Amino acid sequence: MEHAIRAEGLVRRFGGTTALAGVDLEVRAGTVFGLLGPNGAGKTTTVRVLATLLRPDAGRASVGGFDVERDAHRVRQLIGLTGQYASVDEALTGTENLLLIGRLLGLSRAAARVRAAELLAGFHLADAAGRAAKTYSGGMRRRLDLAASLVGRPQVLFLDEPTTGLDPRSRNELWDIVRKLVADGVTVLLTTQYLEEADQLADEIAVVDHGRVIARGTPEELKARTGGQVLAVRPRDPADLPAVVTVAGAVAGTVPEVNQTTVTVPVNDPSVLPAVVRRLDAAGVHVAELALRSSSLDEVFLSLTGHRTEPTRTDQDVLEGTPA
Amino acid sequence: MTTLAVDRPLVPTRRVGPLTGLRHTLTLAWRSLVQIKHNPMELLDLSIQPVMFVLLFTYVFGGAISGSPGEYLTFALPGIIVQNAFFATMTTGFGLNTDLTKGVFDRLRSLPIARWAPLAGRILADTVKQAWSVTLLVGVGMILGFRLENGLPGLVGAFALLLAFSLAASWISVLVGVLVNEPEKVQIFGFTVIFPLTFTSNAFVPTGTMPGWLQAWVAVNPVTVLADALRGLLIGGPVAGPVLRSLIWGAVIAAIFAPLALRAFKRRV
Ligand SMILES: Nc1ncnc2c1ncn2[C@@H]1O[C@H](COP(=O)(O)OP(=O)(O)OP(=O)(O)O)[C@@H](O)[C@H]1O
Ligand SMILES: [Mg+2]
Repeated sequence: MEHAIRAEGLVRRFGGTTALAGVDLEVRAGTVFGLLGPNGAGKTTTVRVLATLLRPDAGRASVGGFDVERDAHRVRQLIGLTGQYASVDEALTGTENLLLIGRLLGLSRAAARVRAAELLAGFHLADAAGRAAKTYSGGMRRRLDLAASLVGRPQVLFLDEPTTGLDPRSRNELWDIVRKLVADGVTVLLTTQYLEEADQLADEIAVVDHGRVIARGTPEELKARTGGQVLAVRPRDPADLPAVVTVAGAVAGTVPEVNQTTVTVPVNDPSVLPAVVRRLDAAGVHVAELALRSSSLDEVFLSLTGHRTEPTRTDQDVLEGTPA
Repeated sequence: MTTLAVDRPLVPTRRVGPLTGLRHTLTLAWRSLVQIKHNPMELLDLSIQPVMFVLLFTYVFGGAISGSPGEYLTFALPGIIVQNAFFATMTTGFGLNTDLTKGVFDRLRSLPIARWAPLAGRILADTVKQAWSVTLLVGVGMILGFRLENGLPGLVGAFALLLAFSLAASWISVLVGVLVNEPEKVQIFGFTVIFPLTFTSNAFVPTGTMPGWLQAWVAVNPVTVLADALRGLLIGGPVAGPVLRSLIWGAVIAAIFAPLALRAFKRRV
């Protein structure tokens, strides 16, 4: 089948909040699809509907050609899910957690053991395999959780913010695993707040905000959409920042962003560069750095949603998975 | 990591057969029991606490209430067993709530397993735990001098009745476990309801000196009814009446709480 995942007009409300306001998605089999959006955009809700955990109030969705509501049991035989928060059984060891899943999926005791050992080794958890998961660090839990979602060799894998709380090494390893899975024919839908991650992994991206898909396309298409270029100016003397903002704003026709000591503004026309130089010179501003570069997904995001994503991985993200 | 490839032969089935569902239930029950291995506190909870109750009640209250610890033990052990059983049913709600709040339930629900297996597996495991503490209580009681006047048949009957009643009462626990937002609240509920319930009964003391209104409640309290049934079965006395009343109580509790619990459960998951 062409599309591994298909959603049409998904609506889901929680009391007065509309978490999904009509989400449409189409994910081609064997590709990585990135669902990108800020906190509360509806990413988790979308994943939960697609993974049969939540019924939509309106609209419909299918995974592997099976309707997620009417044929939920069949869908569950195709999918693997790693939720936003690690869902391992803390009172069991790493091995026991994976054995449990393997046995529930119908593997024999011996086969479940082999599979558990394979996955634990693959996720660098072999040394901790015999320890209760409550003694694991946040990143270890996360990896165990990922391993658990792979026990059944899913055709379609849902990863809800899979690298939140992972250190850079673990994150890169996870990216490699995702790439390997896709090379083997698995379809991956992942949500992320990190544009870099979507840029690295996704064949296609949908940007969601307030329960709606507000843009979609390949990372390149999205970057091209905003005109594609960003002007960055750093004055030698930070006291000149207001003057730079005025100049850049006047030339670009939009309100610039001030990021510490640098002023950035998206521009559509590369010919603004000489104008900026002239005007800054006229204003007596000494420039330490002046650059015109292709806009990053970050800026695309900003121009689409009107707000930035988290600038960096915050400490809070890292703390979420650690033992209480 | 060459093992990540898709190789599950796939002809997805439409639903789970009852036998497969039973296998899921057994696997999930195994999981609840294996947890004990890594949480020695739970084993203490299941073992030391009941034994401590027997020892304390027998040697602290025994002489004052019945004239001697030995005589009091004969009277009170069935009551202590009942109290322990009520507290033990709270394990179900506690574990269920832990699974719900920690996300384990989401993982289970994303798997192609019988919808009822997670609940059934937990209840099955808790029944095993319940059986373990009853065995322990009777064992310790017998070491201290408790005598089974009706022999093995009486003991088996008492066991069966207690487990059947616990099964019914665990629906209350399931309901609480599904409704509250953190596991500790299940315990708080347990203490605030079960303590008064078990003390306003004839489980621990003869009721002759209680005020009349209290005696009226004591007479119908399921704890009294069940304690009387266990006394009849273990040490002799009327059996049919109290057993029947216990079964009626169990049926009433199940009839009220099972539908409520299942409805709340379906709404939450
Ligand atoms: N169970 C729930 N009850 C009430 N409101 C909910 C529930 N789940 C989600 N919501 C609301 O729906 C909206 C979308 O939530 P969702 O979790 O899908 O966002 P998200 O994109 O995953 O955000 P985050 O990046 O923070 O994980 C939010 O406003 C949230 O408060
Ligand atoms: Mg989320």
